[in-house]
Amino acid sequence: MVEKQKKIKPGALCELCHGRKAVMKRPKNLQKLCKECFYNVFETEIHNTIVGHELFKKGDRVAIGASGGKDSTVLAAVLKTLNERYNYGVELVLLSIDEGIKGYRDDSLATVKRNQKQYEMPLEIVSYKELYDWSMDEIVSCAGIRSSCTYCGVLRRQALDRGAAKLGIDHVVTGHNADDVAETVLMNILRGDTARLESSCSILTQSSGSPIKRSKPFKYTYQKEIVLYAHYKKLDYFSTECSYAPEAFRGTARELLKSLESIRPSCIMDIIYSGEHLVLGQKKKVTQQRKKPNKIKNDMEQEVRSDGSIKIKQNETKDGNRCEKCGYITSNRICKACLLLGGLEANRAKLDIEGNTAVDGAAKLTRTLEKLAF
Amino acid sequence: MGIKIKVEFLGGLDVISSGVREHKCILPLEEGDATLKDVIQFITKNVITDPKDIPVFICDETVRPGILVLINDTDWELEGGEDYVVESGDVFTFTSTLHGG
Ligand code: SF4
Ligand SMILES: [Zn+2]
Ligand SMILES: [Zn+2]
Repeated sequence: MVEKQKKIKPGALCELCHGRKAVMKRPKNLQKLCKECFYNVFETEIHNTIVGHELFKKGDRVAIGASGGKDSTVLAAVLKTLNERYNYGVELVLLSIDEGIKGYRDDSLATVKRNQKQYEMPLEIVSYKELYDWSMDEIVSCAGIRSSCTYCGVLRRQALDRGAAKLGIDHVVTGHNADDVAETVLMNILRGDTARLESSCSILTQSSGSPIKRSKPFKYTYQKEIVLYAHYKKLDYFSTECSYAPEAFRGTARELLKSLESIRPSCIMDIIYSGEHLVLGQKKKVTQQRKKPNKIKNDMEQEVRSDGSIKIKQNETKDGNRCEKCGYITSNRICKACLLLGGLEANRAKLDIEGNTAVDGAAKLTRTLEKLAF
Repeated sequence: MGIKIKVEFLGGLDVISSGVREHKCILPLEEGDATLKDVIQFITKNVITDPKDIPVFICDETVRPGILVLINDTDWELEGGEDYVVESGDVFTFTSTLHGG
């Protein structure tokens, strides 16, 4: 790094302390700040979010969903700082998911393990393979690359909950930032998924009956500032892209948002604001019916009783119901993860017979074939 | 002659330069004549390994939105953006904010 001793022009001074050279411009309000004032403003805003929404109580045990990426690394660093500075009295734990993606997750978990030492927090790793007997690599080799993120998302949600339960923790914080929230709002709007708009915007979610709360302390924090904070503080984070790149639609929505942001930085906050304030009218039900046919319909399955009679099961269960297969909280008879995995198991069985190879071999074989196709 | 500069690709952006994060370069221009625009052009021609990856870095003839540009650790927006006049010893940092959550 070059430290050049140039005279600071008056216009280049920090707009808060007026003493040091400004190094960054806040996307939120275009304010020019020096490093120290930026740290201060950045951390204080997150503190205000935490206090304003009463996210923590003294004595809480809080798990940070840690991926080794920039967002969760900065989250761990900032929460540690704030917990000490403002005496929240919470106990912080790192909770990581090992999806089983070679060349991606194994490297990022190494980063999390370094974070564990740097931030002196206990670390728990929950693996898909252990929990579901399927790694993401195996799922992709069986179900193809296109739906990878759908599987991964459903399994991650449940894995985080189970990891938290295992640690006796009732609150998981994630590194989702303002850009992520705006992106999700935009995607839900573009897809007509109005039912999800509300929950995608809320800072704290908890499905009734579930003991685990989830929150996003970075909901109002810009991606740009998170990256800058990590850069200036020289935080150790991992930034390799997952081998199963995120779905094309999300990628396009993200680019659109970035282009909009470069013209009008406040649009990120504005989209979140719109998402928060859009109130659904009575048409809600109609939209849902229209959409239903594309969705998995197993909610209304028939069940063969042991005496041979058939009972049509209706989807009349409520939140707080438990999955018949695994006991996970679900609003249906069988949870989403079990549904997806059930479909996979059927596939794997088929592969085993057709390929006439060992259980593991079939998955590996398809994987090799897929790689060859690239 | 030329101007000695350093170019850094961080936040996963090193994918466009075979995983190399730091590049010491000589910009073949006279000090005072070169702007950041020239640096960006120089990068697309000489630093990016595979021309196929140019769109990862460039969009509409400027740095792609979502890539954070720092000039000697200061936001390029405070330094005049593309019109910044390059000085010998400058460090240009390009950080992807899009890679990996
Ligand atoms: S990009 Fe998709 S498959 Fe990869 S970790 Fe993220 S959700 Fe999972
Ligand atoms: Zn200042
Ligand atoms: Zn289940």
